[in-house]
Amino acid sequence: MKVLNRNLKKIAPRIGVLFTLMAGAVLQGCGGGEGGQKSDVVDSEASAAVYVPPGQHDEYYSFLSGGFNGQVSVYGLPSGRLLKVIPVFSQFAENGYGYNEETKPMLMTSHGFVPWDDLHHPKLSRTDGTADGKFLYVNGNNTPRVAKVDLTTFETVEIMEIPNSAGNHCSPYPTNNNEYILAGTRFSVPLDLEKGGMGDASLEEYEDKFRGSISFIKTNEEDGHMELDFQVLVPGFDYDLANGGKGPSEDWVFFTTYNTERARTLKELGASQNDRDYLAAINWKLAAKYAAEGKAHEMPANYYHNTMDHGSHQAKSNVIKKVRYLLPEECPGMMYLIPAPKSPHGIDVDPTGEYMVVNGKLASSLPVFSFSKMQKAIENKDFDGEVNGIPVFKYESVLYGEVKEPGLGPLHTEFDNKGNGYSTMFVSSEVVKWNVKDLKVLDRIPVYYSPGHLMIPGGDTKEPNGKYLVVMNKITKDRYLPTGPELVHAAQLIDISGDKMRLLLDFPTLAEPHYAQAIEADKVAPNSVKFFKLGENTHPDAVKKESDVSVTRNGKTVKINMTSIRSHFTPDNIEGVQVGDTVLFHVTNLEQDWDVPHGFAVMGANNSETLIMPGATQSLRWVPKQPGIYPFYCTDFCSALHQEMQGYVRVSPRGSNPAIKFSTGEKRPVPPAQASANIK
Amino acid sequence: MRIYLRILMVVAALSLGTLFLLPMWKIYLEAPQYPEGLELHIWIDKLGGSSDHVLQNFNILNHYIGMEAIHPESFAELKYMPYIVIFFMVTGVIVGLLGRRNLVLYWVILLAIAGAAGIADFYWWLYKFGTNLDPTAPIKVPGMTYIPPLLGHKALLNFNALSLPAWGSIGIFLAIVIGGLVYLLSKRKINST
Repeated sequence: MKVLNRNLKKIAPRIGVLFTLMAGAVLQGCGGGEGGQKSDVVDSEASAAVYVPPGQHDEYYSFLSGGFNGQVSVYGLPSGRLLKVIPVFSQFAENGYGYNEETKPMLMTSHGFVPWDDLHHPKLSRTDGTADGKFLYVNGNNTPRVAKVDLTTFETVEIMEIPNSAGNHCSPYPTNNNEYILAGTRFSVPLDLEKGGMGDASLEEYEDKFRGSISFIKTNEEDGHMELDFQVLVPGFDYDLANGGKGPSEDWVFFTTYNTERARTLKELGASQNDRDYLAAINWKLAAKYAAEGKAHEMPANYYHNTMDHGSHQAKSNVIKKVRYLLPEECPGMMYLIPAPKSPHGIDVDPTGEYMVVNGKLASSLPVFSFSKMQKAIENKDFDGEVNGIPVFKYESVLYGEVKEPGLGPLHTEFDNKGNGYSTMFVSSEVVKWNVKDLKVLDRIPVYYSPGHLMIPGGDTKEPNGKYLVVMNKITKDRYLPTGPELVHAAQLIDISGDKMRLLLDFPTLAEPHYAQAIEADKVAPNSVKFFKLGENTHPDAVKKESDVSVTRNGKTVKINMTSIRSHFTPDNIEGVQVGDTVLFHVTNLEQDWDVPHGFAVMGANNSETLIMPGATQSLRWVPKQPGIYPFYCTDFCSALHQEMQGYVRVSPRGSNPAIKFSTGEKRPVPPAQASANIK
Repeated sequence: MRIYLRILMVVAALSLGTLFLLPMWKIYLEAPQYPEGLELHIWIDKLGGSSDHVLQNFNILNHYIGMEAIHPESFAELKYMPYIVIFFMVTGVIVGLLGRRNLVLYWVILLAIAGAAGIADFYWWLYKFGTNLDPTAPIKVPGMTYIPPLLGHKALLNFNALSLPAWGSIGIFLAIVIGGLVYLLSKRKINST
């Protein structure tokens, strides 16, 4: 029986692939994948290729988006070991992000406090067209936001809300020297150019009144913060993904669009009627020039810009009340539309900057457009009409060629450093390698199952590394021990250094990675901060010496400015708090050593614990509801006497008027007999 | 005294200056959870270490065994030792300029005594910190004291402590050796003339 089971399990993946293939065939009415025929047996050298011995470091950091968990997961490659989870758009009870007073403003938006988002696309900051390891930019899809993660601390340091956008999916795309981060809207909405923000319109007026927006965010990495410079108001399509040019196409960014039918309901049909949607090409340099030369209009707006202060580790929100915008019809030469296979997903520009690959997920071929042909077509005005004053190219005039029968459901492509493209086939569950020059399919490898995006370190830049490919699969099924109805998503590491792709490793991922970035470890690791300098802590409630701690009452608010160090809190006995008081614990971690965070939690708190890094101050708000003795303690095992690192707050009934008292330790002489009795 | 010997004597005096440029003694602590190690550097006028916060980290570890916290302010030596060194440097230069052979000898002997006294003082501090333990300490090991080694290494619970003179001390060594050499060479000169 057991043997039978095992055999069934062994063939199950193949059956799965067959079923997906059959589904694909029904959907498409055409074949093309030979994915199912490949064995999933991993060769015996694979384990050595991913084995990073204990105590050794990985070669790459990879940053996988968490999708609906609103976080970024950091994995080492090639081992696939999880190194860190970085909370960005979601509250994180594990360390108090979004719960403690310092980080709550990070999640403020014009809709109020939004403690969750759908994080899709990480992008590393760039210098000279390659990842520089300074920052990671990510998008919030649901309540449009762009965030910045500092790679010296692996902490979210900035979140900017995007106005005039509804679903910030097509985001964030950096230009080659981080001049701009571009963010396009997934949903078009009616915009009120007079009063600002979202206008009112009947859904039946979609075609006439709905508009999209593409935001141009200045990064100001050297001297400050992100800044929304201007937006381009574009036709009311859905904007899906983008990719920047490089080399000759450096001044351009390309965006895939769908629902160019401008359907408002049952989009799975309504948005799939036209045979062709568009690839939008925007000359960002020209757009910036137009904006600088006064072509930009200004409209009222209301959006939040939240920044984390370096010294105090406190986030502040700034509400911005206006935004500038450009209209493509007033800016000749700035924007063009290229007809593309319907409902495309990924747009990917190869390392030379000449070829733009459009992954039409419903198309049977993979079209590759030529940047030089596009330049010629602009020169010759080789257009086929226009949309909202934006010229549309003739398909053939910009097409370089098509990869025939690449597989079913192409979603996304990245490149190696040998002139090859690698595309995920969602429906036929495979990764397909093809040559960019002659458009011939060279190899295919089955993946388990239904891949979304893939990632090659540097594979979206002008200098890809041709060693590894990580493919992120949407469906896991039988790849791991079952864990009830909900399963982890899975990533797979594939060796692409040879002619044939070689599966090396499966590793589970958190929530749903939509995209990833990877960078050589030595571009990030040397800059990693070990602890914060207490002397540079500018938090107004920081306490830098145990003798400076205080407990003060101001009306119904009690402020406890306290410290933690191995292995005690100062103070650890607190009295004078009454039921219904708002108690603010401002805890400073006095440690100045690596890997010694202290946690703080108090019984009955309605938020979470907070985890305080050495040298930092964090604050937890607590409103006790019943009289009693409330313990608090350190939650992060810090030392041999961690379990003793605890204290008490006495909460008295309202109006009982107890005096404020606080202390740590008592100096009392120890009787010699007792002292020796303690020696054990 | 020949001019080159006078110059050598001045060199001997000035070599003490290394004490102001480099630490004179180092104590290394190693433990499994401190792969990077902890180094306490003893200078002529301050305490330092492999990081800015090494003293705090020493003290955090030491408080579990009831050792008194180490603060630079507790050591009067750190305040007056620099003056002693400056005294030896100034007098050494003067001795060199005067070129008087007995003075060289007195200077060298005095310096050697001062150096020995310094080491004795250092050991006295180590002994004091290692044995004067708070009876209410959380960790008490019967009969255990925590006197760090003066020279060489010693296991103290989970730590392996290593204590060695550092490059700053070479100034004292050079001053005594060169000073002694000046004394001996000048004797021969006198005999030959």
